Amino acid sequence: MTEIFGVPTQALFGQLLIGLINGSFYALLSLGLAVIFGLLNIINFTHGAQYMMGAFVAYLMLNKLGLGYWWALLLAPFVVGATGVLIERLMLSRLYKLDHLYGLLLTFGLALIIQGLFRNEYGSSGQPYQMPSELTGAQNLGFMFLPNYRGWIIGASLVVCLATWYVIERTQLGSYLRAATENPQLVQAFGINVPLMITLTYGFGVALAGLAGVMAAPVYQVSPQMGADLIIVVFAVVVIGGMGSILGSIITGFSLGLIEGLTKVFYPEASNIVIFVIMVVVLLIKPAGLFGVQK
Amino acid sequence: MNVPGSTVASPAASAATTPTDAASDLRAQRVAFAAMVAIVVLAPLVVYPVFMMKVMCFALFACAFNLLIGFGGLLSFGHAMFLGSAGYASAHAAKVWGLTPELAILFGTAVATGLAVLTGLLAIRRQGIYFAMITLALAQMVFFVALQSKFTGGEDGIQGVPRGRLFGIVDLSQPMAMYTLVAVIFLAGFAFVWRVVRSPFGQVLKAIRENESRAISLGYDADRYKLVAFVISGAVAGLAGATKALVFQLASLTDVHWTMSGEVVLMTLLGGLGTIFGPVVGAAVIITAQNYLAQLGAWVTVVQGIIFVVCVLAFRRGIIGELGHWLKKRL
Repeated sequence: MTEIFGVPTQALFGQLLIGLINGSFYALLSLGLAVIFGLLNIINFTHGAQYMMGAFVAYLMLNKLGLGYWWALLLAPFVVGATGVLIERLMLSRLYKLDHLYGLLLTFGLALIIQGLFRNEYGSSGQPYQMPSELTGAQNLGFMFLPNYRGWIIGASLVVCLATWYVIERTQLGSYLRAATENPQLVQAFGINVPLMITLTYGFGVALAGLAGVMAAPVYQVSPQMGADLIIVVFAVVVIGGMGSILGSIITGFSLGLIEGLTKVFYPEASNIVIFVIMVVVLLIKPAGLFGVQK
Repeated sequence: MNVPGSTVASPAASAATTPTDAASDLRAQRVAFAAMVAIVVLAPLVVYPVFMMKVMCFALFACAFNLLIGFGGLLSFGHAMFLGSAGYASAHAAKVWGLTPELAILFGTAVATGLAVLTGLLAIRRQGIYFAMITLALAQMVFFVALQSKFTGGEDGIQGVPRGRLFGIVDLSQPMAMYTLVAVIFLAGFAFVWRVVRSPFGQVLKAIRENESRAISLGYDADRYKLVAFVISGAVAGLAGATKALVFQLASLTDVHWTMSGEVVLMTLLGGLGTIFGPVVGAAVIITAQNYLAQLGAWVTVVQGIIFVVCVLAFRRGIIGELGHWLKKRL
């Protein structure tokens, strides 16, 4: 067996693959947070719970309605996004005139409610979710085996991330969005319905979390707590990348996943905290984040 | 991030004050403090001392947290790291090193203070929402260190911590002796935070909260004030945690977990952000509610979430803030 730095290549590439998959979820989730933050100026603490909801919607569709993975992939983001639209319309919209920290507190409370409700209904243990039959099996890449589903996660999240980047940075809709981020009053004065745009943006960001949840369901187990600790890591990712740039969130998400995977190979004890340590270093060197602009 | 005029604290707190207002506020606060002392002294006649000690530890914790958000405008979402690390340190000192309780508590507080210096230096590099995320992430790092370290006992925590003899004389395994010690620590800690808020330092802190650029332009080194506030807050939270470890003879992961950071936010929000007595009332209400709701299991989280949402949407002044608004006094 070949080795790199005394580590079997199989193990190394295996961990790197897991790292890339974690990175895919970091990228999708931090992207959603960044999009929401850009327009609403709040940090969506419910994001982890909404990711969990995505996984549960997929699980329930399969077990109650008999609708499989592909239907879930299509419909679950809409379901989760719709709950997001309700949250924005009924609650968040009342807080825009106040300090932004109230938005954080509100979404934290909502996360507690959602996670508590799911835990009452389904307990703390995870529920398995079948991988779609089209994506079972693996490819032999020569140096390692790539399970098809893992390859799919990395590819699909890259496509979703880049599509989001394209829409925001390169289309007319995106230009409205960016303009409203800079100066909502002026954009409103030009006859664009900014409140509607804010609602839909929140719905979209939340739908991204739901989509990530569906993709995560076959890899991790579907459990009420699946988003709770993840969201804290994603916050660190967001601090490291800075929320100023869409592409920045994507790159930071994937690379931190990779670094975490490498840490698991070379110094497993630190794999839980490596992202937080990187956050500390980035704060010391470039407080605004790697891609951020200090205001 | 600091929009001028936007305040996290109760709207009443930002109203202009004339000297007479301030004097009458202070009188009201003194009356409230006297009432609180009376309650602390008389409470063991009616309720379990251990319950009261728990309330006092959390009340002090919430006061420490409130100093930062209510008067400095800094929302820390990682205050559990001070409570928890001080608990571990004092438990370790009392159990393994065999220190007397007062030294164990001092050591725990010192460890939390050191941690506050380190984390504070990092966290104050960003403002607003980033500050909250950074403190949360740093606290999660402390949680993982506590989970994996040998001396914390991992999932088991440090159990069977001896209460020992205060100054080598007073046996703290006597419930009333322990109660008296906790009461003294709580009242002294509370009075200290109260004094800090009313000091010139506290005034500058409020000025920075209201308009940071203006305060800087007046020559105040805002970052230094924020750091000192953060360290004081962490130290007092540590004092609460170190005491709590001796009361329950236990230091565990619960106290470093992010849910604990959330709970202290909830207590302060419910009692009234930026009020003097709000955190105490909020802590008492939440701890009492937890006692009654304990058999509901996971519903406790749901109830806490609902209180959060209701407070943010409709009850932003909190209990004491509303009371003060009604009495036209700042409590």
